[in-house]
Amino acid sequence: MTTPEIPQRSWSQRWHVKAVGWTALLVALLMGSSKMTGVDVGMFFSNFDQFTNLLVRMSQPAWSYVPIIIQPLYETIQMAILGTTIGTVFAVPFAVLAASNLVHNRWLRGIIRLILDLVRTLPDLLLAAIFVAIFGIGSTAGVITLAIFSFGMISKLFYEVIETIDMGPLEAMESVGASKVTIIWYAVLPQIMNQFVSYFLYTLEINVRASTVLGYLGAGGIGVFLQRSLSEFDYNKTAVIILATLVVVMVIDGVSNHLRRVLL
Amino acid sequence: MDQQPIISFKNVNKIYNNGTVGLKDINFDIPRGEFLVVVGLSGAGKSTLLRTINRMHEISSGEITIENEPISDYKGQSLRLLRRKIGMIFQDFNLIKRSTVQRNVLSGRVSYYPTWKSVLNLFSAADKDRAIHALERVNLTEKLYTRADELSGGQQQRVAIARTLMQDPKVILADEPVASLDPLTTQTVMDILKRLNQEDGITVIVNLHSVALARQYADRIVGLRAGAVVYDKAIADVTEADLTKIYQTA
Repeated sequence: MTTPEIPQRSWSQRWHVKAVGWTALLVALLMGSSKMTGVDVGMFFSNFDQFTNLLVRMSQPAWSYVPIIIQPLYETIQMAILGTTIGTVFAVPFAVLAASNLVHNRWLRGIIRLILDLVRTLPDLLLAAIFVAIFGIGSTAGVITLAIFSFGMISKLFYEVIETIDMGPLEAMESVGASKVTIIWYAVLPQIMNQFVSYFLYTLEINVRASTVLGYLGAGGIGVFLQRSLSEFDYNKTAVIILATLVVVMVIDGVSNHLRRVLL
Repeated sequence: MDQQPIISFKNVNKIYNNGTVGLKDINFDIPRGEFLVVVGLSGAGKSTLLRTINRMHEISSGEITIENEPISDYKGQSLRLLRRKIGMIFQDFNLIKRSTVQRNVLSGRVSYYPTWKSVLNLFSAADKDRAIHALERVNLTEKLYTRADELSGGQQQRVAIARTLMQDPKVILADEPVASLDPLTTQTVMDILKRLNQEDGITVIVNLHSVALARQYADRIVGLRAGAVVYDKAIADVTEADLTKIYQTA
């Protein structure tokens, strides 16, 4: 048997010039930026004992603290659910209008995306500070902050999902004589539902963690207790709060996995 | 046929934005109730021609009339009403895969409802019945509550035909309806189209690759090459030699 003639690879293909070049460039850029910003990686290792010291002090969680934090933790979860839901409700129409395969008007899409970029630029801590100033200390400020934060994040995640769908069913619905809204309802939603649900739950998870931080600014929830324990150097209590948050995050993760399997 | 044509092309040209010629000076009439097969190489403009009829593609010049009405000015509601009377079948079926067969079939009826009703799934009992009868026509009633992606290719195409029947169409456009199917299911799908043509008097326009299938089902064959009509004969006058010529590269 004769071997069939195989086309020759070019020199640059043979030695993967492109891949090697990009990797080298990336490493150089990383080193350059760490030098310019004055990041000292060595310090991470030389000061490691501080870190272990903290861990040791957190290693005996004050379990008696659990009953006290149940109520604020509950409040945190409520805030996160409310904030995420409100944000999502507003994010869906924006995501549809920002998707390039649904809206062909470049101007409309551009304006919508500009608004979304703007919303995402605002740091959540800044938002919380503003709303605490407006609504006073309490969970209202927290919920509104989380809603705006979720809106920015979810609308981006959603329109990127929408842009990956199969356009065939849309063409079919268009040929049937369906209106725009009907087309989206029948041909787009079923294709993206399970990714929507999983992104919603992911955002909820982030919001549970974020609301612990927002508590710092008086925006309600478990954050207040986290801040108190830290400022009193009561690391045993901090450990309890972190573990409790972990449980909540794990539960959300479990629900997310289950729902995605069911909705597939 | 002595009556008015249902569809008529007059000097239709289509030039894409990048300068490619899609359709070149198309002139022909399609009589009501005809089973027309359009043949030609890939890229000859078959899909484009079909989609100009329901305005899924716009033409650059000329005019298409359907039941003596020029269609190029339609927009919004009038365009949706035009599309309602023209059913379309696709190579890849284009069903909503995660939805049930019932929902897919009912989705062919949405243009008879205001948007809020179709969004809320408020189909009348008569239309749910109509969906069952549409499935009966394609022999798939037992799959009413099955998810579309659990069906075979041939079954999916039959569901797509049932969806089209819900529109109560006067014309069915079929763009390579059997290109993704095996020979046996190909016959089933083509037989269904032929039956709709003969029993319901629906005008059917089918794009096909296969010359053998074209000869088996068509009343008339139109050949396209590079966007122009190079062949147009009733089936009785078609010879094998003619058809090989259409498929020769120029």
